[in-house]
Amino acid sequence: MTQESPLIALAKSPSPQSPSAQPPSAESPPDGPSSATGVPPREPTPGRRLGLGLRGLARRPLLLAAVLYLLLIAGWTLVPWLFTGQDPLATDASLSLTEPGGAHWFGTDNLGRDIYARVVHGTRVSIVAGLLAVGLSLAVGSALGLLAGYLGGWVDQVLMRVVEVLVVIPGLLLSLAVVSILGFGTTNVAIAVGVAGVPGFARVVRAEVLRIRTSTYVRAAVTSGHRTPAILVRHVLPNASPPVLVLAALDVGGAVLSVAALSFLGFGASPPAPELGAMVAQGRDYIGTAWWLTTFPGLAIALVVLSTSRVARALERSGVSS
Amino acid sequence: MTRYVLVRVVNGLFVLWAALTASFLVLHLVPGDPVAVMLRGAGGEGTAVDPAAADELRAELGLDQPVYRQYLEFVGDAARGEFGTSFRSGDEVTAVLGGALPATLELAGAALLLTLVVGVAAAVAASLLPTAPLRSAVLSSTVVGNALPSFWTGIILLQVFSFGLGWFPAFGAGDLSQLVLPAITLALPGIGLLTQVLGRGLRAALAEPYVRTARAKGASRARAVFVHALRNAAIPAMTLFGLMIGGIVAGAVVTETVFAREGVGRLTAEAIGTHDFPVIRALVFLAGALYVVVNLAVDLIYPRVDPRIVLRSA
Amino acid sequence: MTETDRGLPVPQTERGLPVPENDRRLPVPQTDRGRFTTGTGPGPGTGTGTGIEPERGTGPGQPLLAVDDLRVDYRTRRGTVAAVRGASLTVAAGETVALVGESGSGKSTVGLAVLGLLPEAAGPVTGSVRLEGRELLGAPDRRLARVRGREIGFVPQDPTASLNPVQRVGTQVAEALRVHGLVANRAEGRRRAEELLGEAGLPEPARTADRFPHELSGGMCQRVLIAVALAAGPRLLIADEPTSALDVTVQRRLLDHLGEVTRRTGTGLLLVTHDLALAAERAERVAVMSQGRVVESGPSERVIGEPRHAYTRELVAAAPSMTAPPAPPAAPDAAPLLVVEGLRRVFDVRTPAGARESVVAVDAVDFTVARGGSLGIVGESGSGKSTTAGLLLRLDRPDAGRIVLDGVDLATASRGELRRLRRHVQPVFQDSYGSLDPTFTVGRAIAEPLRAFGVRGRAARVAELLDLVRLPASVRHRRPAELSGGQRQRVCIARALALTPRLLVLDEPVSALDVSVQARVLDLLAELRRELGLSYVLISHDLAVVRQVCDQVLVMRGGRVLERGPVAEVFARPEHRYTRELLDAIPGAEGRRAEPVRPSP
Repeated sequence: MTQESPLIALAKSPSPQSPSAQPPSAESPPDGPSSATGVPPREPTPGRRLGLGLRGLARRPLLLAAVLYLLLIAGWTLVPWLFTGQDPLATDASLSLTEPGGAHWFGTDNLGRDIYARVVHGTRVSIVAGLLAVGLSLAVGSALGLLAGYLGGWVDQVLMRVVEVLVVIPGLLLSLAVVSILGFGTTNVAIAVGVAGVPGFARVVRAEVLRIRTSTYVRAAVTSGHRTPAILVRHVLPNASPPVLVLAALDVGGAVLSVAALSFLGFGASPPAPELGAMVAQGRDYIGTAWWLTTFPGLAIALVVLSTSRVARALERSGVSS
Repeated sequence: MTRYVLVRVVNGLFVLWAALTASFLVLHLVPGDPVAVMLRGAGGEGTAVDPAAADELRAELGLDQPVYRQYLEFVGDAARGEFGTSFRSGDEVTAVLGGALPATLELAGAALLLTLVVGVAAAVAASLLPTAPLRSAVLSSTVVGNALPSFWTGIILLQVFSFGLGWFPAFGAGDLSQLVLPAITLALPGIGLLTQVLGRGLRAALAEPYVRTARAKGASRARAVFVHALRNAAIPAMTLFGLMIGGIVAGAVVTETVFAREGVGRLTAEAIGTHDFPVIRALVFLAGALYVVVNLAVDLIYPRVDPRIVLRSA
Repeated sequence: MTETDRGLPVPQTERGLPVPENDRRLPVPQTDRGRFTTGTGPGPGTGTGTGIEPERGTGPGQPLLAVDDLRVDYRTRRGTVAAVRGASLTVAAGETVALVGESGSGKSTVGLAVLGLLPEAAGPVTGSVRLEGRELLGAPDRRLARVRGREIGFVPQDPTASLNPVQRVGTQVAEALRVHGLVANRAEGRRRAEELLGEAGLPEPARTADRFPHELSGGMCQRVLIAVALAAGPRLLIADEPTSALDVTVQRRLLDHLGEVTRRTGTGLLLVTHDLALAAERAERVAVMSQGRVVESGPSERVIGEPRHAYTRELVAAAPSMTAPPAPPAAPDAAPLLVVEGLRRVFDVRTPAGARESVVAVDAVDFTVARGGSLGIVGESGSGKSTTAGLLLRLDRPDAGRIVLDGVDLATASRGELRRLRRHVQPVFQDSYGSLDPTFTVGRAIAEPLRAFGVRGRAARVAELLDLVRLPASVRHRRPAELSGGQRQRVCIARALALTPRLLVLDEPVSALDVSVQARVLDLLAELRRELGLSYVLISHDLAVVRQVCDQVLVMRGGRVLERGPVAEVFARPEHRYTRELLDAIPGAEGRRAEPVRPSP
């Protein structure tokens, strides 16, 4: 996450008024090879894009793995009982601290609970909380950014000052402060993480709106006689959403991490409930003896973050945001 | 220039004042009676509260005063660097913080140094690799760094290097060997992020026409990276590093908890857990002040790196 | 490759090359005769099939540079695309050869392949690139690094982006010497850099050396880059569109400078350009590229005068002419459609030092456009011509003055009135890519003004408009990015015509297009004006474009009107010195007066 300081202005370098001005594309070779054959460059249509995506996936094993893992997680989240027959809360003292094996893939914890079942259910809790957090950041942040960017003037000034105050406090600390107000629990933790994500979205949306507002196609729409609300709906929103949605996708991983961290610190789900961060915290007492208590839940979090970011980056590159 | 710094300082003070006001509100936004919440501590929703103790605490916190007076007093105290007494320990908040600070500074300093050295080295090394697929493979592998939950990497490091190999002591602070694992844990996410941002910046800079000009003069690829691309790619990386400095306290919360180290982070976790609001307020303010100072410092360095950047006091 | 140019001997002029005065490593081979080179194959004296073994020695008649059957592919996400498919050309010592082609022809790729600086997306490169007989293709980067700068200099396309923004220009000039160990220390590098900057025609070289690129104008940056390219005394210079980003008058001075320097030092010059007239004026020989192949090459006069390949003929015909009859005027008794009086616009800007400053972008501009008339506004960058366009479109509000259309002043019109009047004034912008929303289909983009005014029967009207701008009906479902630049500009014209306006404001409508495409779009504009009785205000830096579309012209400089009148009159008898300078700066203008192209001393 990089942010520009609003008071720093990069002195504008004069843009060349070149007769061969091409639409900007960083990676296209000097002469634009696609036009060398006389064929105008073709942007993939949605259908073709999907086809390309599927074929491209086969060539990119990491991306394929990420997509498959996210599908698995979707299964865990929507229908966990299909993936594990075990009750994540059922204790059995006789099975205490069983090593990973046939009956218990990931082993059992000190109370004899099945770690795999707890990871499945715990992932569900983490994913739902992460999505809730990002949804909140996205909704509130976009609204603020849209208002600030389009209305400008004093509205922009006031809103961006508020955002700046939120930025000043590091994300996790802000979440912690919010949790201390709202009280503990997974939902409150999700809200707290969401609040910390608001400034990022507000800034990105505002920047996008400003970029689009000064674009030539909006100038053309103005001379076409369109009024401001129509331009907002027809041009600004559709063009601003793809990059913002990519940011949201990228943010899911971070939100899952933050939720897990807060749970690890003991502010999230209360003890018997399975939650990945809380599981790592519980397993901490056994790191010398039972590695599987901490390793599997931690790995599950890391994989969620890695696969969401992998897929989000792929979306970003595939030109969803241009 | 002086004018710019002045404007920025005033602006920073405004932001700090706003953060202060926000942290004042923290206490008043708590649903129900904050005093009862504080007396019961975490998770004690059902327990009864002794009315006498509640009144005493209320008087001690000044909560029996009208809100505007509480506010003015709070801001006035904060301006003098006073944040009242910790509810949990009964000590001056300033003293509590002061006691925790050295250990955290040591940890933060080590972690930031590690982040900077490893991050820059990795990004530069990646951009010197001969083929594009190799470069992007190395760069994208650093995503792992900031995808791993640091509370977990800390534990894994402990498992492997303390309990498994016995190279480093597991807990405690003071000795340099006890600093190694916590510093790595705290630095790891930052290393990943810094490598990516600087790496991407270098890749973009290397595609610029001025790099082609340099190569056309006969400069080697390494020279193009070190002399031409690095400085042009530095601005976003500097911004990011500034944010990391500002956010180091938050990172210390988890790391210090994992390694059972004393410090500001641990203090934060405990203050949140026990609803020690005076301490929370002071911590929020401290973090905000750090951010404002670091951000100003970074802004002042920008023009030295990129002459096109002009500091203007808008 | 066509038969027409095969085996055509190129007689060299008998001019003797002056012995270069600076410390050149090798004397420039001086040959009067016997350097008969063709555009098709390796020059005599170069053996083929010797692989990448360096072949030493410069025999008489051996060209300085011989590119033979060069092929370059690019790997893209959609597969491999051939950018250069068998290009051959030669440059003799001290000779200027122009490589001409439109965008996508592969001309820049040839230049970069010679330097070994192709982007990484370039696939295996085959063929042969020989510098004085030594094969460069496939040589290790280390070896090429010693050739670059020292033996082949490079002048890039975009001067402001081609200098490192965070380094002082003096350092960047000195670097060209330092990397080859040509200066002993920093101080000597600095001293030599100042000398080179002075030779490049930059004022106060000592002070300029301490400047950063953003503190210099585009033209000055290009002079710095020429100094960089010449610093280590190369025998060959590759200049890739060296002036296309610059104003015409600056362009002219720079090309004069480049020509003078290469002549004095006996440096061979490969001039890559899209501008045929410029090529003819500056080069002894021209090679024309199309779709990755050199389709024709030969002496400049011959190629321009009697082009043999169909593509070259098309290019020659498309070049906007300064001799063709200008556009027809409006009816003599036509009532004025648009009356502009005392237009003024002041911008508040900040100087680099941070102080506020007012810049008068447009001042005291007045003009009238008759019904059916066409007014061209001409000027270089910073003349205020684009600001004027923005004011006419009321995308920007003037600080003073009136813009009266149909008896209503646009400057002070109410919201409702302004919206009503927008129907009558529609724009076409330079950047066709940017002026179409990437999320819209072509049909939706054209229908947009209709929707804004709630016009019914939009689908039928869109079909009609596509037909009007000579686009097939099938493009309506495509997205802007799928079209070529010329097609996109037609879509923009169709959109502008949707509401049957009376006035089109055309802001550099063809300057982003290739000449052949440019010619067709200009023809379309001329036809539409006739057919629909439209009035135009055309903003352009290109006088030939104005001549083709407009009957009246306004010359602007520094926000003020310098000269005005009927196109034919102003172009034939410019009153203002600046107008004359603009006219003279058009490539080919001088060539027409002074033949042969490069007079021998």
